[in-house]
Amino acid sequence: MKSEGKRKELWEFTKLIRSKNAGPFELTFDIMFKDADCFDQVMKSGKLSREAIAELYKTEMGQVQFFVIRELLTVKISIPRRIFSGDMRDTDVYGGQFHGPLVRIPVESD
Amino acid sequence: MKQKLKALAATGNLSTGFQEESLVRAVQEGADFVGCDAGTTDSGPYYLGSGNPRGPREGTKRNLRIMLREALRAGIPVIVGSAGHAGGRPHLDWTVEIVKELARENEWHFKLAAIDSEINKEDLLQAFHRGELTPLRPAPDLSESTLLQAERFVAMMGIEPIQAALKAGAQVVIAGRCSDVAIYAALPVLKGIPKHVAFHAGKILECGAASVAQRLYADCMAAELDQEGFIVEPPNPALRCTPQSVAAHTLYENADPYHLIESGGALDTTAAQYKAITDRAVRVSGSRFVASEKYTVRIEGAALAGYRSIVVAGIRDPLILRQLDEFLKSLGTVVRRKIEDSLKLASDAYTLSFRLYGCNGSMGQLEPVSQFEGHEVGLIMDVVASSQSMAADILPLVWHTGLHHPIPEQEGLISNFAFPFSPPGINVGPVYQFCVNHVWQLKDPCGPFRTTMEDL
Repeated sequence: MKSEGKRKELWEFTKLIRSKNAGPFELTFDIMFKDADCFDQVMKSGKLSREAIAELYKTEMGQVQFFVIRELLTVKISIPRRIFSGDMRDTDVYGGQFHGPLVRIPVESD
Repeated sequence: MKQKLKALAATGNLSTGFQEESLVRAVQEGADFVGCDAGTTDSGPYYLGSGNPRGPREGTKRNLRIMLREALRAGIPVIVGSAGHAGGRPHLDWTVEIVKELARENEWHFKLAAIDSEINKEDLLQAFHRGELTPLRPAPDLSESTLLQAERFVAMMGIEPIQAALKAGAQVVIAGRCSDVAIYAALPVLKGIPKHVAFHAGKILECGAASVAQRLYADCMAAELDQEGFIVEPPNPALRCTPQSVAAHTLYENADPYHLIESGGALDTTAAQYKAITDRAVRVSGSRFVASEKYTVRIEGAALAGYRSIVVAGIRDPLILRQLDEFLKSLGTVVRRKIEDSLKLASDAYTLSFRLYGCNGSMGQLEPVSQFEGHEVGLIMDVVASSQSMAADILPLVWHTGLHHPIPEQEGLISNFAFPFSPPGINVGPVYQFCVNHVWQLKDPCGPFRTTMEDL
């Protein structure tokens, strides 16, 4: 997964991208950046926003909690689970793999 | 009032373990109590619904043996929360039995408190009718019939029932379902440490060594609390905390990184400061505790959803793969008709799902990639019905029909599935679902919790 030139992917800016249950009824995503420069480039690109998450995870904007924590170079996002943990049609009891689509979000870099 | 108090977390989960020498060292260096969380809802509703603890029993016993041995030697309390994983009555009994077994085997003597957090349905039903249950978001709909049909309910205790047990002289407290933070905040608050310090330290300690920079293995974590803040430092010299690693842990498993809602109030970490004291120790201060107007405890409940039988199969034929959606759709139609014909079961009497690994097995409806790419898929045919025998009867109709389900490009009898096992099907057992996400307003924080004291 090596991308050329100025077009990079989100994981190339981060040291951690994870999802996890925040209780059985919510999912939470932690995205921690390698350094301030990586953090700034991604935030400037507009690719990581409440709107983008709402669209990617088919969730209403008003239900997306979006926290930018600059002092920790971290973005934290929480959304309600449409299917609760362990329900008959749930696919991921711990919620540990829902971050997958975030990893390769294309980001234009300087 | 003691000026400083040292809290020790044995590990993040009682069943996972810790380095023995870390715990021994930390107790010898002057810990005031040993705490350990034993549960979570992370692994789903099964444990609460079934009443089965999550073992392993031997591992849990090994960890309790070391904790109790060192704590008894030092004359300090041991506090275990969310016993047996789900914290219901059978989970509490299972853990208490291990503790008693250890006491007998080692001729240990101490005062044991067991705090039962399982809530009788009748009590919860009365609370429901009195309007004391409030939904959190999102929450399943709650009705009298949901409450009556559920298998088991627990209330998540705050610090007060643990404090009451300690005040009554318990040296070992085994608590049913319990806030992770309360395990570590109960004793410090009792001894005069402010809540903002005790609760924030509790949040950092509850996962054991998870707040270190590089977690090499499950291990202990210690914090020294005073009136203004606390210093967190792993007892194991091979591990270290950094301001970033400790601050980052405040995010873990919380929806909101700055506000941690607990029974009796919320911890606000917006203005918290994390400062390196050494290259392994971090001082945390500056958080606030905002007391809530009403005292509420979270309710957890699990209801039986049915019984599951599954088949795992691989599909490798490119001609099937290029029409997977249509193939499974038409298979579903044929299968439902067969089930109706041979078992006299309407399609609402059971649930049939095709779980497609290689397409959307991990994310289901939330999978944004719609185009299938790849040379094979893993298929789980998943049947849930109202009894295990019904699910087991339905299953062969599903997989055997699917095995020979025709596609236009192939003439003659084809076999569409690669089954890795004989027999292909597996009876998984009962399936539960979480049926409440509500809080219960209490007049007395100890109200629904029943404590049994015993001299061992």
